[in-house]
Amino acid sequence: MKNSTKLHAYKARKHAITGIYNAASGHPGGSLSIADILSVLYFEKMNIDPQNPKMADRDRFVLSKGHCAPILYGTLAERGFFPTELCTTFRQADSILQGHPDMKGVPGVDMSTGSLGQGISAANGMALSAKLDNKDYKVYAILGDGEIEEGQVWEAAMFAAHYKLDNLVAFLDFNGLQIDGDIREVMNSTPIDKKFEAFNWNVITIDGHDYDQIRNAIDEAHKVEGKPTMIIAKCVKGKGVSFMENQAGWHGAAPNKEQFEQAISELDAAIAEIEAE
Amino acid sequence: MAIGDKKATRESYGMALAELGEKYDIVVMDADLSKSTKTDTFKKKFPERFINTGIAEGNMLSTAAGLATTGKIVFASSFAMFAAGRAFEQIRNSIGYPHLNVKIGATHAGISVGEDGATHQCLEDMGIMRTIPGMVIINPADHVEAMAAVEAAVKYEGPVYLRFGRLPVPQIYDENTYKFEIGKGVQLAEGTDATIIATCLMVPYALEARELLKADGINAAVVNIHTIKPIDREIIKKAAQTTGAIVTAEEHNVNCGLGSAVAEVLCEECPVPMLRVGTQDVFGKSGKPYELLKEYGLSAENIAENVKKAISLKK
Repeated sequence: MKNSTKLHAYKARKHAITGIYNAASGHPGGSLSIADILSVLYFEKMNIDPQNPKMADRDRFVLSKGHCAPILYGTLAERGFFPTELCTTFRQADSILQGHPDMKGVPGVDMSTGSLGQGISAANGMALSAKLDNKDYKVYAILGDGEIEEGQVWEAAMFAAHYKLDNLVAFLDFNGLQIDGDIREVMNSTPIDKKFEAFNWNVITIDGHDYDQIRNAIDEAHKVEGKPTMIIAKCVKGKGVSFMENQAGWHGAAPNKEQFEQAISELDAAIAEIEAE
Repeated sequence: MAIGDKKATRESYGMALAELGEKYDIVVMDADLSKSTKTDTFKKKFPERFINTGIAEGNMLSTAAGLATTGKIVFASSFAMFAAGRAFEQIRNSIGYPHLNVKIGATHAGISVGEDGATHQCLEDMGIMRTIPGMVIINPADHVEAMAAVEAAVKYEGPVYLRFGRLPVPQIYDENTYKFEIGKGVQLAEGTDATIIATCLMVPYALEARELLKADGINAAVVNIHTIKPIDREIIKKAAQTTGAIVTAEEHNVNCGLGSAVAEVLCEECPVPMLRVGTQDVFGKSGKPYELLKEYGLSAENIAENVKKAISLKK
């Protein structure tokens, strides 16, 4: 179980990087950052059916940091929502895989996102709907650490706590980097944990690449009543491709051929290692 | 209510929501203006389905989108300025792009907001909403039409922008016979010399202008366009073909609302002389609603003047 989740995460990373390379554009850094969280959600935690992506009362996922669509597509493909080969068509004019997630076109995408700060509000709406109808499905979301500079995130934070949306579990991809550099230099949003605590959220801080910590945090979140949970996941931007790790420059840049080949060989090596475990 | 009795369309909006709440699983949202938008009428009856977001319009519209993804029919309400204006991008990206079933109930549209002044007098909301693919825009003229428009919006699958006013306006339709259809203009009076195409509170002024023009021997037709988008191209084309001159009348900037929409149709289908009554690309100001309407040219007299000018432009 453990190994297969990690295996899917690394295969999804390959799909993401391949799509970005073919498109010669996209967002590798933040995609690689959240691959492990997505894999735990889609392979272990979420009640979903790839054969019936619109299944009533399924768990929902909103990628509030919509620019990391490549890894969402990679994960959905691994999970069987569509063929993995489709990931190679990312951002092409005849593909359903838009630069940012499009719920109308892609099986498994629960909300169209891309404009930062809006996805978390939409996730609140889904969680509120479950409350209104006494349904027990869960709603998950991932925000970027740069994204929380958007004022709407804090409107949404107030809302989720006010309406006691304990069926909402949000992750913050705390990789410390945004397009223009270190988040502390561009616009210092720290301390992030204290901010969400002050907004009456349950806050858990984890290593976003440690599978047991991701699993346990989700389980803990579900035990909390009356409060939404923010899991602040300390992540490495570009995780899994050595030269992309912790480099703001890889936020929204595509690898050239040589870099692509190196990235794939590193991911293949990681996959071989996981398979050998 | 009888024909001629006055009621603000925002009142009709609240009444319609409270009535429709019985039949449909609608959720109503507001951003701390429920007493003014009249969604409090719904709130009193269905408190469990009323969601106050506090003063956070962008968050309200994106949250409405999330609710709609789960199958809810959501009405999100605020003043036109803060719904269409402040939350434009949320409406465009979270509602318009995924074509979600959210109805935006925008009250306090236009200069007749009165004393609050320019910051609250939204004169560009129809223009803003017209730019969003797939958005339906309805601007009802009276209580009967407003009630019918809200029900039509519930039955329609997709985003709808409903525009309501603060000022009580006279009832022009018979509620027993009036049939409302999204996208269909209403021929209120036939004519031969020109057609006045009006929307919202300018409709009764258009009918009054028709009477004024009779004294000068001019026979003007009157059309009510309640749906600004998708606009009724056929009725506009027919008006141009049969009367040869058009005057539009709206409580909105002429540069992006009804006047612009009608001009687009005329240019493409049947170019004839046309003039536009509405605010002339200026901001409003504080004052009594009727004083402001008159000062900004939103009157029967000004419509009649423009009809005469439009007729004189015919070859």
